Amino acid sequence: MKLLVCVSKTPDTTAKISFNSDGTKFNEAGVTFIMNPYDEWYALVRAIELVEKNGGTVTLINVGDASNDQTIRKGLAIGATDAVRINAEPKSSLFIAKQIAEYAKNENFDIVFTGKESIDYNGSEVGAMIAEFLDLPFISFANKLDMNGNTATMQREIEGGVEIVEVETPFALSAAKGMAEQRIPNMMGIMKAKSKPFKVVNPVAFPDYAAPIHFDLPNEKGGVKLVDPDDMDELVRLLHEEAKVI
Amino acid sequence: MVLVFAEATNGQFKKAAFEAVTYGFKTAQSLGTQCLALTLGNVENGGQLGQYGAAKVYNVADASLNSFDSQVYASVIAQAAENLGATVIVLCHNSTGKSLIGRLAAKLNAGSVSAVKSLPDTNGGFKVKKGVYSGKATATYDITSDIKIVSLASNEVRPAKSGNDVAMEELSLNVPASKVKVLEVKRQEGIVPLPEAEIVVSAGRGMKGPENWGIVEELAQAMGATTACSRPVADADWRPHHEHVGQTGVAIRPNLYIALGISGAIQHLAGVNQSKTIVVINKDPEAPFFKAADYGVVGDLFDVVPRLTAAVKKFKAG
Ligand SMILES: Cc1cc2nc3c(=O)[nH]c(=O)nc-3n(C[C@H](O)[C@H](O)[C@H](O)COP(=O)(O)OP(=O)(O)OC[C@H]3O[C@@H](n4cnc5c(N)ncnc54)[C@H](O)[C@@H]3O)c2cc1C
Ligand SMILES: Nc1ncnc2c1ncn2[C@@H]1O[C@H](COP(=O)(O)O)[C@@H](O)[C@H]1O
Repeated sequence: MKLLVCVSKTPDTTAKISFNSDGTKFNEAGVTFIMNPYDEWYALVRAIELVEKNGGTVTLINVGDASNDQTIRKGLAIGATDAVRINAEPKSSLFIAKQIAEYAKNENFDIVFTGKESIDYNGSEVGAMIAEFLDLPFISFANKLDMNGNTATMQREIEGGVEIVEVETPFALSAAKGMAEQRIPNMMGIMKAKSKPFKVVNPVAFPDYAAPIHFDLPNEKGGVKLVDPDDMDELVRLLHEEAKVI
Repeated sequence: MVLVFAEATNGQFKKAAFEAVTYGFKTAQSLGTQCLALTLGNVENGGQLGQYGAAKVYNVADASLNSFDSQVYASVIAQAAENLGATVIVLCHNSTGKSLIGRLAAKLNAGSVSAVKSLPDTNGGFKVKKGVYSGKATATYDITSDIKIVSLASNEVRPAKSGNDVAMEELSLNVPASKVKVLEVKRQEGIVPLPEAEIVVSAGRGMKGPENWGIVEELAQAMGATTACSRPVADADWRPHHEHVGQTGVAIRPNLYIALGISGAIQHLAGVNQSKTIVVINKDPEAPFFKAADYGVVGDLFDVVPRLTAAVKKFKAG
């Protein structure tokens, strides 16, 4: 099986989010970056498990600058076969998807894995875009994936339940919690990662149709209003009269 | 034209469809154009979308559209958009919308922004706002392509009636064969799914064990709320996984979120911080959740929760 896993670099889940003074750029000072958890824990690990069982390769792909290399190497250390970085600033979802699709279109991947969303842009867009560019079926929020020959059985999350679907390769998916368990890279993996094939390719020209132009931090909450634990009638009154939510 | 895709489940619209049509109508007004609605597959009483501002409601009745496949849906919606001359497409940011928005953008060579929480500012551009960094910030996007696609976050726009029922017109479009076989759909009946719930009662490790959840359920029932939980609670199998909210679970934005015995870790907040009103009940006055709360009760939840339930029942009884 030939598998492609799209990985993005995001701020750590505990990172304090701030922007430059005119609100146009994310402030990276003091921020630790990680591989987007959905890409790493679920998509990548499941891809590796499938290849361990059935044979094949897992290629990592990322659209970003050289500061993403560390994240990509971690993916190699966890067990991916090789990696490609498309050397461009990932400013909009359609641009990112176009770059990945251009690379993938002649490579005949059986499955294209993405995460259910990136925890910085929270778009849930890139996976479906790649699928459309490559004219592949797309299964979103898959939390189970089992292969039987070329047939995949998947469970996907829907509002208030799940759907079980069947699809033949090639297809694309977005991975949600449950598809696999996080793997910590070991020393041997980290050593091996250093000599695994890692290509950097140039982007194709494509516009940014929808890029962020400004960032705001939420207004500070006015401070919590404490209610006497013996007076829950008062809490109900506040929720009804002040917050107007009941 | 503004085209709204209004999804029906088993023939019925949910609130999100009315929200999206309301949003589409207001967007069309600011652009000086009309709002049209599109429904796919079996739908009952589609004409009611007229009440929320759809000038026309179209339906593609092909029975294969009763089960969802993003590839087929995107093809049909794109054809409708082209036939009807749509320049703005509005979807709901639910599991269907999330699977579609990217596909449509790629198909129509259009800029898209998902989970928008504001009407577009159409003064010299098409600017919309959405939550980013898991709700820790808001970004303004400018969409510069000819066709613009947005998906609307839930609970952001109140459905507003502005018109009357209209007739539903049949659109005849090419419906491609699906490559995805839906083997089974399992939905829990009788509860509002978490992403759609207006009131959520959520509980964490402070509950001590699954045997104590009775008081959570009683409060939820009294309030007409859906129940949720923190991640360790789901990981320990005290509660089913679909109840897990937060960074790695479901992200929700109800009008009211009530947290019982949850400390308020940053990854938990990431999934709930866009709730309109947050109530925290915790015995530790230093619990970080109080900083994100609108109302707080410092006390033992095993005493406070039954009292709150009683107060809610009294209030509802009027
Ligand atoms: C990458 C990553 C992703 C994560 N994603 C998520 C996520 O999606 N969702 C999530 O929830 N967590 C997530 N976590 C875990 C998160 O960091 C916290 O560990 C978790 O949210 C804590 O759950 P809790 O508040 O239920 O438990 P605790 O932190 O143990 O808090 C229990 C609280 O109950 C209070 N309490 C105890 N007894 C009582 C009583 N009798 N009356 C009233 N109050 C009482 C205590 O004061 C305490 O504040 C993630 C962690 C990581 C590292
Ligand atoms: N810059 C990127 N490079 C590679 N893959 C990406 C990039 N950005 C997003 N993705 C993939 O697309 C998924 C969804 O991202 P998003 O649409 O931003 O929520 C992520 O989980 C990744 O798998």
